Amino acid sequence: MKKHRVLTALAVVVIIGLLGVFNLTFDSYRLRILNLCGVYVVLGLSMNLINGFTGLFSLGHAGFMAIGAYVSSLMTMSPELKDTVFYAVPINPFVKAMSAPFPIALLMGGIAAGILGALIAAPILRLKDDYLAIATLGFSEIIRVVATNLQSITNGALGLKGIDRVTNTGWSWGIAILTIYFMKKLMDGSYGKAILAIREDEIAAEAMGISLFRHKMYSFAIGAFFAGIGGGLLAHMLGTIDPLMFRFILTFNILLIVVLGGIGSITGTVISACVVTSMMEVLRFLEGKMDFGFFEIQGIPGMRMVVFSALLMSVILWYPRGLMGTSEFNWDFILEKKYLKLFKKKKTVSEEK
Amino acid sequence: MTILNVDNITMQFGGLKAVSDLKIDISEKEIVGLIGPNGAGKTTAFNMITGVYKPTLGNVYFKDVNITGIKPHEITKLGIARTFQNIRLFKELSVLDNVLIANHLRLKSGIVASVLKTPAYKKEEKHIYEKSLQLLEDVGLLDLINEKAENLPYGKQRRLEIARALATEPQLLLLDEPAAGMNPQESLELMEFIREIRDKFDIAILMIEHHMQVIMGVCEKIYVLDYGVTIAQGSPENIQNDPKVIEAYLGVE
Repeated sequence: MKKHRVLTALAVVVIIGLLGVFNLTFDSYRLRILNLCGVYVVLGLSMNLINGFTGLFSLGHAGFMAIGAYVSSLMTMSPELKDTVFYAVPINPFVKAMSAPFPIALLMGGIAAGILGALIAAPILRLKDDYLAIATLGFSEIIRVVATNLQSITNGALGLKGIDRVTNTGWSWGIAILTIYFMKKLMDGSYGKAILAIREDEIAAEAMGISLFRHKMYSFAIGAFFAGIGGGLLAHMLGTIDPLMFRFILTFNILLIVVLGGIGSITGTVISACVVTSMMEVLRFLEGKMDFGFFEIQGIPGMRMVVFSALLMSVILWYPRGLMGTSEFNWDFILEKKYLKLFKKKKTVSEEK
Repeated sequence: MTILNVDNITMQFGGLKAVSDLKIDISEKEIVGLIGPNGAGKTTAFNMITGVYKPTLGNVYFKDVNITGIKPHEITKLGIARTFQNIRLFKELSVLDNVLIANHLRLKSGIVASVLKTPAYKKEEKHIYEKSLQLLEDVGLLDLINEKAENLPYGKQRRLEIARALATEPQLLLLDEPAAGMNPQESLELMEFIREIRDKFDIAILMIEHHMQVIMGVCEKIYVLDYGVTIAQGSPENIQNDPKVIEAYLGVE
């Protein structure tokens, strides 16, 4: 076990070193993708806690992100900037006075989203499966509509502009690593196991003395908290936010990461967050003009998503629980060459067939 | 001393009375059987005692506390644990995790302490871990702790389910058909096992069972249900010779 700890510490140092090197050598376009990967790791993990570990099919992520993004941005914007941005409808004086440095603003955004998550948990968690999905989806749309119409606080459809772009590699990946650490510790502990038990069998979990409501609410509130943090990071990376940003498609992107990576795997979510985010950019050429010699395609917007849809379908067909399933990265896997066993097992199975 | 007192409970589903005026008394360290033909309302009675259903009429007292209408997890916390007719283990989790989870209800540390791994939490965790290993040793599953629960053979899954229920530190254990699907040899072992856990953990046991050899061999008192009505109660010898019981099981000439 001690050996593993040393290895983990070494790996973290190596990763931080690599990120430092990337930070110095990458151009601004690549650096932005790298930072976006970090943000999506946070978002993917927060959704994985609710959908993967607890087994609640929730689609409210865009709503929680919106709360985090708006609260943190309104706190970091200076009063003068707010006055110029809110030119259509004057800003609410209380909101104008709100001010805090970035780390505190980010935390407050997360806490606001977390509190809201805990509050809506009470009515929503009576529902299950598809009904829960519909209710959370509705909740997320409500947040968006409120943000569009509450002009004195959110500046309505015009959105917030000129937000300080403070999210650098240090912030995005620093918080991503903290989130990974938090999730790992949570799932290793007694509460994490209780949450897994609820996913496995609600009736048995309740008969073992686990309060279904309390533990589902924990998971929902913690997931919402990290979604709010992710939203805040995103706002401070893009520099501008508006209600249209937080449509259902944003939730779908995160769901794609979770499903591809493995529903209920931290490792899978982290890998898939990086791969999907990078692919979103790499595949951009598909939407441009393409010349095949004998015929030409004018750019079709949205072609990228076709690739992701195909990928999602194949993963669901061949790996119904995602690429990693519920398994996690483990040093034994590398040290004791367990990966060799994996191939051997596969061989014997195919021989039997 | 009476540990469980079921006072005239009735469960009505629409026009159907699944259980009517059921009375059960269980003393400390007593092994009690609940038998009856299929559909007699035995599992419904279990569900009312453990809080899954709220009885239409009547009350359930556990150690003189009225537990009628309390949520299942709170009843487990008070000291009633159960197993299920169709085994309900946490299939994807390891044998050890299954037992560790059943200790969660006695955990005093909060969720933040569990993430930060405070010394108090670590101490509790260590205690739970040792206790679970001891329990798994008692039921003879110590060599399988890292196996997934679903990979265990049937008889061992039953044992694990009982071990999991024992980990919640109950004073009354409800077993729903523990011998279902077992061969005669396994049933005999189970009888022995049930007596062992009663003596070792000093608990009372209420069990539903169809296997007459097990019931007659291990129970000190038996209740017989038929169409939701208690038709007989008493010692195994009395039950075996009761004409009403014979009628319910074999019919009349």
